[in-house]
Amino acid sequence: MLNTKKLGGSKSMQSFTSQYAIYIVLVLLVIGITIYNPSFLSIDSLRNILIQSSTRAIIALGVAFILITAGTDLSAGRIVGLTAVVSASMLQTATYANRFFPDLPQLQVIVPILLAILVGLICGLLNGLVVAKLNVPPFIATLGTMVVVYGINSMYFDMDPNNSQPIGGLRKDFTKIGSGSIGEGQYSIPYIVLIAIFVAFIVWVIFNKTKLGKNMYAIGGNVQAAKVSGINVAKYLIYIYMIAGALYGLAGVLEASRTGGATNNYGNMYELDAIAACVVGGVSTTGGIGTVPGVMVGVLIFTIINYGLTFIGISPYWQLIVKGLIIVAAVAFDMRKYAAKK
Amino acid sequence: MAQSEYILEMNGISKEFPGVKALDDVTLKVRPGTVHALMGENGAGKSTLMKCLYGIYSPDAGEILLDGQKAQIQNSKDALNYGISMIHQELHPVPFRNVMENIWLGRFPTVGVGPIQFIDHKKMHKDTEDLFKQLDIDLEPETIVGKLSVSKVQSIEIAKAVSFQSKIIIMDEPTSSLTSVEVEHLFRIIRDLKQRGVSIIYISHKMEEILQICDEVTIMRDGQKIGSWPASELTTDLIISKMVGRDLTQRFPDRENVPGDVLLEVKGITSLLPKSFKDISFELRKGEILGVGGLVGAQRTELIEALFGLRGLSTGHIKIHGKEVKIKTPEDAIKHGMALLTEERRATGIIPVLPVHENASIANLSRYRKLLFFLDGRKKRKEADVMIEKLRTKTPTSNTLIMNLSGGNQQKVLLARWLLTEPEILLLDEPTRGIDVGAKFEIYTIIKDLAKQGKSIIMISSEMPELIGMSDRIMVMSEGRLTGILDGDAASEEEIMRLAAQH
Repeated sequence: MLNTKKLGGSKSMQSFTSQYAIYIVLVLLVIGITIYNPSFLSIDSLRNILIQSSTRAIIALGVAFILITAGTDLSAGRIVGLTAVVSASMLQTATYANRFFPDLPQLQVIVPILLAILVGLICGLLNGLVVAKLNVPPFIATLGTMVVVYGINSMYFDMDPNNSQPIGGLRKDFTKIGSGSIGEGQYSIPYIVLIAIFVAFIVWVIFNKTKLGKNMYAIGGNVQAAKVSGINVAKYLIYIYMIAGALYGLAGVLEASRTGGATNNYGNMYELDAIAACVVGGVSTTGGIGTVPGVMVGVLIFTIINYGLTFIGISPYWQLIVKGLIIVAAVAFDMRKYAAKK
Repeated sequence: MAQSEYILEMNGISKEFPGVKALDDVTLKVRPGTVHALMGENGAGKSTLMKCLYGIYSPDAGEILLDGQKAQIQNSKDALNYGISMIHQELHPVPFRNVMENIWLGRFPTVGVGPIQFIDHKKMHKDTEDLFKQLDIDLEPETIVGKLSVSKVQSIEIAKAVSFQSKIIIMDEPTSSLTSVEVEHLFRIIRDLKQRGVSIIYISHKMEEILQICDEVTIMRDGQKIGSWPASELTTDLIISKMVGRDLTQRFPDRENVPGDVLLEVKGITSLLPKSFKDISFELRKGEILGVGGLVGAQRTELIEALFGLRGLSTGHIKIHGKEVKIKTPEDAIKHGMALLTEERRATGIIPVLPVHENASIANLSRYRKLLFFLDGRKKRKEADVMIEKLRTKTPTSNTLIMNLSGGNQQKVLLARWLLTEPEILLLDEPTRGIDVGAKFEIYTIIKDLAKQGKSIIMISSEMPELIGMSDRIMVMSEGRLTGILDGDAASEEEIMRLAAQH
């Protein structure tokens, strides 16, 4: 959406700032924290920020699909929780005392992973069906799914013999995915970061190079026009919710792998962080607008706030206040940009 | 100070937006108790001028005199205090509240002591009734506004303007969605307002109306004032030539298309909805333009939307190329070579936040599919660009967001969208609504060219001259029924009206 217009001097400066506002915020944030504590600028910080951003980014990309169709997804966090528990429950070491399935043979790592992603996809399918076929507003549909999924997850988690014990003792070949890296020491590249980058690339391709992507923007931009143009809106909405669900599933797996465990409270409120990151990253809450680079920067901004402010010793309560202000400011700014065009 | 000859004088108004000079030294003088038409093509600066008057924009230069006194209008509240009201083309009432609450919104009468005030519903009810009596409006103050027709909502707006004791009422395209009976009622109200010394600035594209109701006409072009004339000195052709800046020798292109074999046969189709169209049968030939005339409520839009699979049919058959087809969704319709340009360009046509080229290609994505999932982006963009260019769409680049284009150019992009699907049958619902005269002629030319190339066209229009000037045959509907099919050459406005009002 760059270079939409050739304009004169001051206006182009203005449109430059509004075009790149989030990138400017990101740079200012880094500069501010660095001035406070120069040791922030280090390879370690960078790696930590990237690792912490990875699962958030995957969830945010899933949510972005939904937001661009002018919907919203409150169930993302709970789906992450469910899939984290599902994958962890099948990937404990054989010798671990409190196994979820005491008699489960050693599965290929990929099997529980795919199963968890499938669970996410089915949750997405459920969202999609309710939104597209029953015409329930996404806010309500996904609110329902959020609660139902948490219920199912808690029930599963409470099964004998686990009885709501945190799931631990995960297999090394599984936790390696979330905590291992290529190479060693300072310049190693964590797998999880590579996975997130790969997912971002795939999503970028879907957004920009596929019919589904184009239809997604059209549905969000004007659903009536999309219908008249021959787009099967219900079908595409269902696909989109399914893709988002699968991404939450992957994120759940990575959360379990990264932390080496899972409980039924995993993923709680992650959807809010994801929505916030999307919105700060320029995804329009009214639909039809949003880019992958924008979402990624939105995610990074929130991770940097978390990590950076903790790094310079600012209380987590202050961090919440800063986060909240940034969300509102970002949307207010976006609205102003839109209003100016009228 | 002597009483001024004019109730309103806008002198030397200029307004510049980045990249455009929207108003250039424009003067507008309105006498008390008159209807003053403001005319010009879309983009001529009429709306900008009115927004300057109503305080939505502040002009870069110039002054506004009300009754000879200089006025400072910073916002629409100031405008209302100066006695200026505006009735927008698109009305925005509060749909879930009732009539009186909409009228007195923001200034409800109250009773109470000191800071403790309650809404005085009784007084509000009575004031509303008085107001309606004055204006001869037949409405219950307690009716929920969302249930009312556009014309009723409009009369509420007018009543609201009168309740502000307005001396000047701006009406922006007030008749664009009214039936002729409702237009008559509006004109009665306008004449009544004139009698009370209220001046009306009347923006419209409809020449016949202007000549009927207005006293003076000011014409603008490209942000400049062309001149003001008494309406009695003007004719439709004169107005058009002044608006467009050239003589329009003809309003419609020549008929060069030759209708061929029957392409589409519609037999006895009836809507699923009880009050919609019933038992409609007609044929459409290759290369033919079939006009569809009728009044508001004739169910013409419902008919063609049903043909396109957007609405359900209970009975009837549709044949294309002699073969019976079932069309349940727009997807089916497109597969059978149909295209639909909807009446509501904003609501169901454009996707405002997407670039022009994306808007053009959205109905045609299947053709650019490669390797299962992917799209051939380059080909898609190129074909869209070529079509946009071919229709001579004015846009800075094809990457510009479509919401930044004028109505006429948006319409061309939507036409491009459908032409890219290479349809055989084009369903056009009021294709020139809200489009200025110059662009209209271009749209007409495009439609005639398409017919000449052998495309079959069904065109709904509420403008009689357009129906007669464009159609090979005219099918007239009344209250959901087909009342007659006329030959385009032989049809007269009177005959169409007679058929349209049959039921």
